[in-house]
Amino acid sequence: MKASILDVPRGFWSLLVGMRITLTQFFKPVITVPYPHKTLPIPARYRGPIELTADPATGKALCIACKLCERACPSDCILVAGVKLKGEKKKSVTEFKLDFTKCSLCGACVEVCPCDAIRFSKNYNLASTSKEDYIFDLVARLQAEKKQP
Amino acid sequence: MSFLTAEPVRLLLALVCIMAFVGLNAAYLVLAERKGAGRFQRRPGPNEAGYGGWLQPVADVAKLLSKQLIVPPGTDTILFRLAPLMVISPAMMCLAVIPFSQTLVARNINVGLLMVFSFGSINVMAIMLSGWASRNKYAIISAARVVSQNVAYEIPMLLVVITLLMVTGTMDLNEIVRQQAGWFWHWNLFKVWVNPLMPVTFVIFFICMLAETNRAPFDMAEAESELVAGVFTEYAGMGFGVFFMAEYANIVLGCSLGTVLFLGGWQSPFGLWPGVVWFLLKLYALIFTVIWVRWTFPRTQFYNLLNLSWKILIPISLFTLLLSSAMIKLF
Repeated sequence: MKASILDVPRGFWSLLVGMRITLTQFFKPVITVPYPHKTLPIPARYRGPIELTADPATGKALCIACKLCERACPSDCILVAGVKLKGEKKKSVTEFKLDFTKCSLCGACVEVCPCDAIRFSKNYNLASTSKEDYIFDLVARLQAEKKQP
Repeated sequence: MSFLTAEPVRLLLALVCIMAFVGLNAAYLVLAERKGAGRFQRRPGPNEAGYGGWLQPVADVAKLLSKQLIVPPGTDTILFRLAPLMVISPAMMCLAVIPFSQTLVARNINVGLLMVFSFGSINVMAIMLSGWASRNKYAIISAARVVSQNVAYEIPMLLVVITLLMVTGTMDLNEIVRQQAGWFWHWNLFKVWVNPLMPVTFVIFFICMLAETNRAPFDMAEAESELVAGVFTEYAGMGFGVFFMAEYANIVLGCSLGTVLFLGGWQSPFGLWPGVVWFLLKLYALIFTVIWVRWTFPRTQFYNLLNLSWKILIPISLFTLLLSSAMIKLF
């Protein structure tokens, strides 16, 4: 009897405690990020679709078209072609296609690359309605990047 | 301009004002609710339509108005169409006797309090009718819940109001406000020398008001996790919109009643602004509390809800009734 009567003020007090907690949250600043307007910094080890790296001195791709990545890829989504240009020691890449619909971002290509010519990008805005948009031409992309900045 | 002061014209104008007040409040309280929910959860709430989301209600209303009013086969067509109107019209009618200021009242009836409660109980019947008419199992379960919930909470509500009525001695709402003139300890909420349990009666009134308007944590009528949308399940477009408006109209009505009965209505301790400003200030403070409560507590279980009423609220309100009658007899 006494316990059940005491339960009423105790229960009411717990309600007030709950309301105090929510009110303190009410006056604290918003912690969500309004995504399309603002974005959070992407972690250094983020794995986006791979991209080619350029030689900072010449601006050309570091890739020597050795096709190790093509062979290492478990999903068979990389296609590389290259030519031996006159006056250069190594081959240069002419075509580097990535079929991102198959890629599982395992990183085998990045690990196997002998001259660090591939790295993970930080792209994540990849929505599209057609499948063809996910077959990336990485050589063309590298050249487009070179012109832009 | 003399026709403006004629009684029928004045009443018509008052009615138009009340409908506009209810409509605007419904539209913008939905926004306030969503914004408030956002702030309580540390997120911004709707902020895309217009600056800071100010045009969100316009977008919502446009969406609701452009939708087809579907009447599902097998429903009781007349009742199905009638039910939303029956939910909203009593709420609007009750606002006619609420004194927004000393003079700003559509119709000052000397039994205003009685009128509010008699029309207020139509709401239950209308919700039950809509549940019955829509021929949907969720709607029927929800309607049954609404009826038992409202019957349970009408009792402590009326007991509390009777307690207050013995203190005030009148059912004229404007007269009740006039009695609370002076500093805020003259408000009925703090009249502890008349009845030491006066703040408790206000709390009971507030809890019952939440339950009567089917607000969270007592929103068993629209328990979306278990009953889809309860009695609103079969309603589309503005049929649903009217129910939504009625919910907010009932909140406005309940909070204005709480303001009038316990918080001194348009009275202010230091007449800085006109009475209507003080009234709206107190009204929106209460409405904020309603939103605050909704986003603090989870929905109660149904038997706990009935236990709260029958085992706790009714005994306490009966006790306050006895206590205040004894105090009035003794002093």
